[in-house]
Amino acid sequence: MIDLDDTDRALLRALAGDATQSAGALGRRHGLSQPAAWRRIRRLEEAGILKGRRVVLNREALGFGVTVFLGVKLATRGRVSLEDFERAVTAIPEVQVVQHVLGLFDYRLRVVARDIADFERVLRRRIMTLPGVGQVEANVLLSEERRPGPLG
Amino acid sequence: MSADDTDRRILRHLLADPMLATADLAGRAGVSTATCWRRLERLRGAGILRGQEAVIDWRALGYEVEVSLRFTLDKTDPRAFDEFLSAARQVPEVIGIETFLGRVDVRLSVIARDMAQYQDIYRRRILTLPHIADIEALMLIATIKDAESLPL
Repeated sequence: MIDLDDTDRALLRALAGDATQSAGALGRRHGLSQPAAWRRIRRLEEAGILKGRRVVLNREALGFGVTVFLGVKLATRGRVSLEDFERAVTAIPEVQVVQHVLGLFDYRLRVVARDIADFERVLRRRIMTLPGVGQVEANVLLSEERRPGPLG
Repeated sequence: MSADDTDRRILRHLLADPMLATADLAGRAGVSTATCWRRLERLRGAGILRGQEAVIDWRALGYEVEVSLRFTLDKTDPRAFDEFLSAARQVPEVIGIETFLGRVDVRLSVIARDMAQYQDIYRRRILTLPHIADIEALMLIATIKDAESLPL
């Protein structure tokens, strides 16, 4: 693991807000030359700390008005392999996030849908038919915010 | 404005690979670079394409533990949500906050360097948040899929 100084943390914070900023623009804002900023970003990428970009869309404007988080418990533990469940669930286009968790549920899913009727279709036809799926709990997302975390 | 088929095609390819240069994105979407650039500008202007964020790998930064904490709040107090949320924003280890309609009211994503630090954060910073009626924890084992994909 690499050591980060305050400048590295400031660069990470800036890129987490807008990843399209050039090394030159970032450098000017943080008192670095363009090559120095570029080298630091490069180092953060090579250490695996910066691991790509996320496109942020206005989902409602594109017709996807509903986001639902599902907690899924597998019913037949041991009989259905986790790999089979994971392969099937990641192939569903409406499923954005799949997390294997420990606790009340086995998996957490983030599902997008056009509206509640569309969500019901995805739930019944796609989710409830997954191999091994048991109890499912749904919570409709009202708001979300990303925080800078320990970089802030 | 509303997005037409060409806009959706461009966004679909951008979501699949956010690191693509405009010329490559144009090639995949089957439009000229100039058209692609113009379309992206228009989508940005209309607030449909909100931006691109760098994805930070907290594990690569030494945060080995990530826990999803699900809260039910004591809603007999009308200020419960606001006070809980503003107190949660003060906890540096909180990297995400979501509010829900359902059995769960709020979810916090909390990271820690190890279980000892997590236990410390949990006792000192989480259990002391106001208006908590109930907490459930889901410990993240693995993220199988995390994509801001939309079935466009």
